[in-house]
Amino acid sequence: MAAGAPDGASSKSDIYAGNGPRLMLPVWVFIGLFLLLPVALMGVYSFLTKEFRGGVIWDFTLTAYDQFFLDRGLFGDDPAKIEWTYIGIFWRSIWQAGMATIMCLLIGFPTAWFIATRDAKTRSIWLFLITIPYWVNLLIRTVSMKFLIRDTGPLNEFLMWSGVINEPLGLINTNFAVQLGLFYSYLPFMVLPIYAAVERYDFSLSEAAADLYANVWTILRLVILPVVKPGIIAGCILVFVPSLGAFLAPDLLGGAKTFMIGSLIEEQFKGNAGNWPFGAAASMILLSIVMAVLLIYARSQTKGDK
Amino acid sequence: MTSSDIAIDIDNVVKRYGAFTALHGVSMQIHANEFFTLLGPSGCGKTTLLRSIAGFEDVNEGAIRLYGNDIAPLPPHKRPINTVFQQYALFPHMTVTENVMFGLRRSGWSRIEAATRADDVLKLVQLSNFADRKPAQLSGGQQQRVALARALAPRPKVLLLDEPLSALDLKLRQAVRVELKQIQRETGIAFIFVTHDQEEALTMSDRIAVMSSGHVQQIGTPREIYETPINRFVADFIGETNLLNVTVQSVSEGTAQVILPSGHPFSCPAATVNSDGTGHLSVRPERIELCPAGGGDLDVKVESQVYLGTDIQLHTRVADGEKMIVRLQNAQSTILPEIDTVVGLKIEAGAARLLAD
Ligand SMILES: Nc1ncnc2c1ncn2[C@@H]1O[C@H](COP(=O)(O)OP(=O)(O)OP(=O)(O)O)[C@@H](O)[C@H]1O
Ligand SMILES: [Mg+2]
Repeated sequence: MAAGAPDGASSKSDIYAGNGPRLMLPVWVFIGLFLLLPVALMGVYSFLTKEFRGGVIWDFTLTAYDQFFLDRGLFGDDPAKIEWTYIGIFWRSIWQAGMATIMCLLIGFPTAWFIATRDAKTRSIWLFLITIPYWVNLLIRTVSMKFLIRDTGPLNEFLMWSGVINEPLGLINTNFAVQLGLFYSYLPFMVLPIYAAVERYDFSLSEAAADLYANVWTILRLVILPVVKPGIIAGCILVFVPSLGAFLAPDLLGGAKTFMIGSLIEEQFKGNAGNWPFGAAASMILLSIVMAVLLIYARSQTKGDK
Repeated sequence: MTSSDIAIDIDNVVKRYGAFTALHGVSMQIHANEFFTLLGPSGCGKTTLLRSIAGFEDVNEGAIRLYGNDIAPLPPHKRPINTVFQQYALFPHMTVTENVMFGLRRSGWSRIEAATRADDVLKLVQLSNFADRKPAQLSGGQQQRVALARALAPRPKVLLLDEPLSALDLKLRQAVRVELKQIQRETGIAFIFVTHDQEEALTMSDRIAVMSSGHVQQIGTPREIYETPINRFVADFIGETNLLNVTVQSVSEGTAQVILPSGHPFSCPAATVNSDGTGHLSVRPERIELCPAGGGDLDVKVESQVYLGTDIQLHTRVADGEKMIVRLQNAQSTILPEIDTVVGLKIEAGAARLLAD
């Protein structure tokens, strides 16, 4: 007999769907302790006053947000203008993360498609091969990338030796280098969800479409892409969100010109020079942007299903 | 018969998968306006033949012609042939209407014309009320009708149906059969229908091709197939039949003199005979009458009765051990013999056929 049934609080189907109140308890505890609580703490910190050696003073103020959005001059008594520095950093971060996501999608989709259409045995080998580099620490991989693409690195040397170029490409310390680094860091997060979606894709749908006079490109555009869209969206979110907050790739591959949100926040918490409330405020703003994007997406999805 | 009456001409088609031959020189001609059924046991090559017509498989030898033109060079999306797939293959992200409009839009219909046509076809399959639903919100029978509407909408020259009714329960299947047949008559499109349900084949088809392991066994009207099967396989596969091993004495002008297992001589129409002078006498269970022992063509012992509702089946055994099934109408006047009694069987003259293996 189902334990939760007599009090009428949950139906049997809830229990079999894994939604019974007792089964859900650990999940709620986990989410509360490790997701909601830290975010709430960060929210609170963003309204506190900065202590000069790092840390905070429990004095509530809007200073951190003020500092982020408004420019009041060197001594803080000029008329307030909009402060473009941090908005600019955010904008650049969104751009960099977006480009990295697009690169991941362009390479990840065909890769996932290739793997998902192999026979069952070779599929798992390919998947394994895809994940192997990711057993290596991200820092080491990013540093390796730096050595690979710097002006005296193997890439440029090979291209010059083979006569394709006469002088180094000058890749390092550019936006593109950062995008390349982010792309390489998060590619599997694109490949795996798309792989899962393509693997479930029913290829008789493609045959049905061909039977109904659709050529290969029309099939891709009108049948395959819409059907595997959830996998694509998941992949894009999984690449975009961590790219937005990344600091290793921009620090190591980009140099000073390509400062991104991740580095900005990282600096606020590092050593004695930091500003915890400002870092927390920047994190909250970042979180709000990500949440807004996700909510808009979720909205559009539920509408489309009706 | 002119070539313009032949919608699909399948000419000696051979299809191999590696070392395995799925179709061994299959030939058949399907007329315009015809409801043509491919019937055969699982794995006999029905789907392979349909996929070859649709263009999803290339044939190794032979040709498939559509109104006289070889269609081998045409990819599937250029063939004016549509398919109702076994698992429907409806586009899950599109509504019913969008599914139906898909083929129309791809073949050059304007949006407005396509919408009107989709409405009409959905009316035909009685799904107008479901036009805005997604396939996942439909029952199996409704999905099947969407698949049919989608394939019919672009007015193909030929419609291929691969066991479209297999997922439906009996009641719904019977209703959809009638509907399907009616739609075929109304649209005048040649239907090539695949099934391994012989009752379905008999009730719906203008003609049937019976296949087994990549060979065509017989092509004919349901009546021809049922009443004059040309070999043991066809007789056994279509409907129920008793196959008695008999010795053939003589065959002349289509009539054979045979010796029944009882030693009784019997004369019957002969279709085919084995070269060694033996054959099988095929007798339909409903073409046998009971009579007192010794008074018929052979005597049998009654072993069991099976109640079938409209009919009652007697399982009996001939003295040499062969089984005979007799079907009696479940009428008040029918007197059933007791189990273990010996009764005589009278085989209706002309209803039995001599067949080779
Ligand atoms: N892609 C393939 N590779 C190898 N053999 C195949 C392939 N497709 C089909 N076959 C074989 O060809 C034969 C005919 O298959 P087909 O699918 O045409 O049978 P069918 O008559 O449609 O059977 P069913 O009634 O079970 O659907 C089978 O023996 C099958 O194993
Ligand atoms: Mg089949």
